[in-house]
Order: sequence, then C-alpha cells, then structure tokens
Amino acid sequence: MATATVEKQKSDVILQYLRPRKKFPSVWCAGCGNGVVMSALIRAIDNLHLSKDEVAMVSGIGCTSRMPVYMDFNSLHTTHGRALPFATGVKFAQPHMKVIVVTGDGDALAIGGNHFIHACRRNIDITTILINNHIYGMTGGQGSPTTPANAFSTTTPYGNAEKSFDPCSLAQAAGASFVARGTVYHAPQLEKVIQQAIQHRGFSVVEAISNCHTYFGRLNRLGDAVAMLQTFKERTVTLAKSREMSAEELKDKFVIGVLHENDKTEFCDEYQRTVESVRGGK
Amino acid sequence: MAERKRRLMQGNAACVQGAIYAGMRFYAGYPITPSTEVAEGCARELPKIGGRFIQMEDEIASIAAVVGASVSGLKAMTATSGPGYSLMLENIGYAYMTETPCVIVNVQRGGPSTGLPTKVSQSDTMQARWGTHGDYTAIAVAPSSVGDTITETIRAFNLSERFRTPVTVLLDEVIGHMREMVTIPEPGEYPIINRVAPTVPPEQFVPFVMTPNMVSPMPAYGQGYRYNVTGLTHDIMGFSTNRADEIAPKLDKLKFKIENYRDELAKIRVDMMDDAEVAFIAYGTVARTAQQAALIARQAGFKVGSIQLFTIWPFPDQQLIELCARCRKVIVGELNMGQIVHEVQRVLPRDVEIHTIQRYDGEILTPHQLLEKLDEVL
Repeated sequence: MATATVEKQKSDVILQYLRPRKKFPSVWCAGCGNGVVMSALIRAIDNLHLSKDEVAMVSGIGCTSRMPVYMDFNSLHTTHGRALPFATGVKFAQPHMKVIVVTGDGDALAIGGNHFIHACRRNIDITTILINNHIYGMTGGQGSPTTPANAFSTTTPYGNAEKSFDPCSLAQAAGASFVARGTVYHAPQLEKVIQQAIQHRGFSVVEAISNCHTYFGRLNRLGDAVAMLQTFKERTVTLAKSREMSAEELKDKFVIGVLHENDKTEFCDEYQRTVESVRGGK
Repeated sequence: MAERKRRLMQGNAACVQGAIYAGMRFYAGYPITPSTEVAEGCARELPKIGGRFIQMEDEIASIAAVVGASVSGLKAMTATSGPGYSLMLENIGYAYMTETPCVIVNVQRGGPSTGLPTKVSQSDTMQARWGTHGDYTAIAVAPSSVGDTITETIRAFNLSERFRTPVTVLLDEVIGHMREMVTIPEPGEYPIINRVAPTVPPEQFVPFVMTPNMVSPMPAYGQGYRYNVTGLTHDIMGFSTNRADEIAPKLDKLKFKIENYRDELAKIRVDMMDDAEVAFIAYGTVARTAQQAALIARQAGFKVGSIQLFTIWPFPDQQLIELCARCRKVIVGELNMGQIVHEVQRVLPRDVEIHTIQRYDGEILTPHQLLEKLDEVL
C-alpha cells in the first residue's frame, strides 16, 4: 500500500512537468530508454525546486532531441548537431536561466562534435544530457561515433570498421568541469547525477547509456528492451569498484558515477567580470 | 542645437554603430575577411553597454547562438562573408521557420568557394533570397556608403523585429572597408522598432497565433510563456504537424507577412528620373558609380537618371515599373555575372530595352565604364 502511494506521488511529479496540450504518446518506441532519462531529469529538476520558467531545454535532431517538446519548459528544438550553440546563445543572453541540452550520440558527437568540444572548453554553465544508445535511431539504425568497433548497423552491415568515442573522456579532455555517467537501468543513480550536474556551475555532461532495441538491439542480436537493460546491469561497475579493476577487466564495462569535477571559472561569470571592469574603467 | 557628431569611419564600423543604435546587445560571429571589423567592433563596444560578444567555433554555431539569444529576448546579429553565409544558411532557414528576428551582415567578396577574400563582389545577391532550402520570403537591404550602412543596419533591425524574420544586410568589400565622414545619429533621430510582446496571460498564449498582419507577438524565454520553438513545420501552438490544413497556412504566413507589405519595405533612391529616357539601375557600391555616370551624362545633354535599390528583397517590382514608365532603355550594373538583371527583366515591360554591365574580376565598375556602356546602347 505504502509502495503504491509512493509510486503515485512519483508519477504525479512527472505529470506536473509534461505539456498538458501536447498529444501523447511520444514518438519513441515502446521500452525506449529515453522515457527513463526524461523521468530522471524531471525528478532531478523537481528535487531542485527550479521554477519552470527559469529552465530552458534545448535539443538538436533525433529521437532523444524530441524530449524537450514534451516537457513544460521554454523549449528549443533546433537543427541537427547544433543544440549546444543555440543553448550557448540562450545561456549567454540570460545567464540566470538553467539551460539543459538533451542530445543523442550522433547529434552531439558526429555532426555536433566540434560544438561539443568547444562548449566543454568554454565551460559555459549548460547541463548536457547525452543519451548514448550507440546508434542513429530516428533515421533508421545507421552507425554513430559511439557504435562499438565491429558492431552492426545499417551502414556497417559487415561490422563497424571504425573505433568509437568515449564521450566522458572526450568531455573531460576538452575541459568540461563536471562529467558523469549513468544508465537507464540505474534510474535513481541517473536522477542523482543529473541533479548534481544541474547544480554544478560550469559545463556539465551526463552520459546516459540507453537502449535502442529497435535498431541497435535487433541488428546486434541483443534482444528486446528488457534484455538490453539486463546487459546494462551486468556490464556496469561503479567508479569506486572500477579503481580496483584492471584495464582488461574493465573492457566492455560501463563505469558509472561522477567521473570528473572541478570548479574552474564559468564563461558567463568571466564575461560579466570583463563587462564590469570595462564599464568601471570608463 | 549642439553640433552633430561627425566622424571618419569605416563601413564595417558603421555597421556596428547602426546595430548598437538599433538596440543590438548580442553578437556571435566567426572571423572571415572582409567582415572581421564588424566582429572586432562588437567585441570592443558591447561590453561597454552591458551587451554580449562571443566568438563561436564556426559560422553555423554563430547564427545558432544568435537565434538562441533572440528567443531569449536580445536583439542579436552576426556578420560574415560569402563562404560563412553559405554555412549559416541552414540555421537562417531555422530563423525563418521559427520567426526569430535577427540580422545577418554579409560583407560580400568574390566567389564561388573561398574565391577572392579581399576583393569586392555582389555575387551573393541571389543567395540572400534563395540560399536556404524550402519556401520562404526573404528581406535583404543593401547600403552604398558608410553613412547608409548606419541607417540601413538600423532599418534591418527594425524590419527584423517588425516582421519577426531574419534580415540580411548585403554590404560589399568596398563599402565594408572604405572610410568616409559620417554623421553619428542622435538618440531619437531614427525610430526603433521592438518586437510585439504578448498581451494575454501565459495560459491564454498561442505562440504562433494568426494576427491581422500575420506577425505573432513574441515573448522572451524566462517571462512565463513556456512555448515550444521548433524548425519542424508547426501548428499555431508551436508543435510539429503533418496536417495539410496546418502546413500550408504556416508557409503562407511566412510569405505573406512580408509580401503584403512590399510597398512599406521598398526603399529606392531616385536621381534625375522625372524625364529620363535611360536609367541606370544599381545597388551597393555600383549605385554610387551609377549616380556619378548619370550626372555626367546629364551635363552632356542626355536624359539619363539613376535608380538605387536599398531594398533588394523583396524586389520592388511596382516601384520600378512606375519609375521606368518613361524609359526606353535601362542599364543594370552589377559586380557579378548577372543576378538582379533577371529581376529587372521579369518586372519591366517588354518594350523596355534592358542592358547589363557586369564586372566580376574583383574590381569596381567605374563611371567611365558605365558611360561607355551608355554610349554603346544609345
């Protein structure tokens, strides 16, 4: 009984943030991990007691990028790969706003790869939720920059000859001041790291490992949504545990948790100091 | 009355001056010759007035940031040149579709491709009209002097806000880099138009509502109107649609909110056209050459006038028909292989002889060359 009440309260929280006049169901396939990420994101925002008006949700193109459309915030659904520069405009114009970018692996790391590394470098206070399902979903299962070597997709029908990016290592190397990873199997952990990312002042990246059973799962014989979630459970290790493991043992594992955090100066704050010194020096 | 401020100024600097006068408070750009002084001027001036300047990683990001800033409530601008403009075009299309005001300055250089970075051209004229994909109606203005560059940049912002649409300022390398004495406008001297804000409470807000002039009121992000902005074809609520009865009205709105105001948009300078039998038609740098050539021809006793197009798009069809009613011949001068001449041919009656003089070697057209052409056609 008590569990049922808690569940109801949780779903009520979600409903408060969905667009009442937007027709559901969503464009996502049944069992898609995007729904889990969306609910984790909503709970994280709710936990932080942010006003809906101070949140701007920005996205590019793809399945993941449809997310802001369903959520009752200022939403900007932009062009393929360009969510971060649009978001940079929003944040820099209104630095008091919480700007959250939702993007997929193809959107963020292929067509948007250069924007991604420069947003990291700039350390602008934007939270990027990068949903990594290792494939292009909306366009029908083509290989992405995170498609593992030798994996199958509609454009790697004989196995992927390319190597894949690790988005978290890339983000950290490029200068992001907060980097975390979660999976859609570990929903409460995902909620927690998203919450920490939003609270962090600076460019924050949360990689959410997710399932595209429709394309990645089917083409690589990984089973349905449940089977894929099961593999996330089996392949995941915490950061603490990973420190005791060898590189060989860590092969093919997802290390989850806050992987990197520092407090270097944020771009809008830095610019504001410039404005004040220029105006003060007149 | 206090003496008005006069200053020796470069065209690109005048563009910054005009933009700030119009209320521009956000600039995002990527360096490209011959437009860089616009970015440099904004980097220097914007912090002084609490505005924001950011050098983005490329032109695509620059126009994206400009659109993001504009939906957040700031008047925003970017400047570039041909190749950069080409890169921006997908997101300029996004601004058309989302009806986001912004100003894009294209200081034209020779092309195609990297072409002639330091040489003048007017070969992006058609790109400013048809560059991005899909159906839409574009506004583009073209100054011909440093002074014009101030006023046309102000006008570009005003049109952008008035019609909720991107507006292109087509400068060219010569105007961008030449220096002239200009009068700095006083505050209040030119009207400044700001986008119309919604008057209804957020719960009654319809983001892309059809109004009599087809321009919907536009709130800034963060003001309580939490609406959806998408480049997908959308209904009046801002949500994507595949319904035929919603797609066509949206595209009609993009077109007719501008087409219906062609007369208001048209801006033309006319010299000695009252009794002219021959007219030079030109814009940008060439317009000044044409004015000079017409004056020389008049002094020699020929009935020649000149027409300068400040508004290139939408093309001022009706005004040209009326102005050239008495003309037997027109000469269209351009720094390209013929772009606007096709519009002139489309518009003017068949009995008007249309001649063209083109230069596309990176040099300007001189009055002497126009007079030679006049001599040839008379």
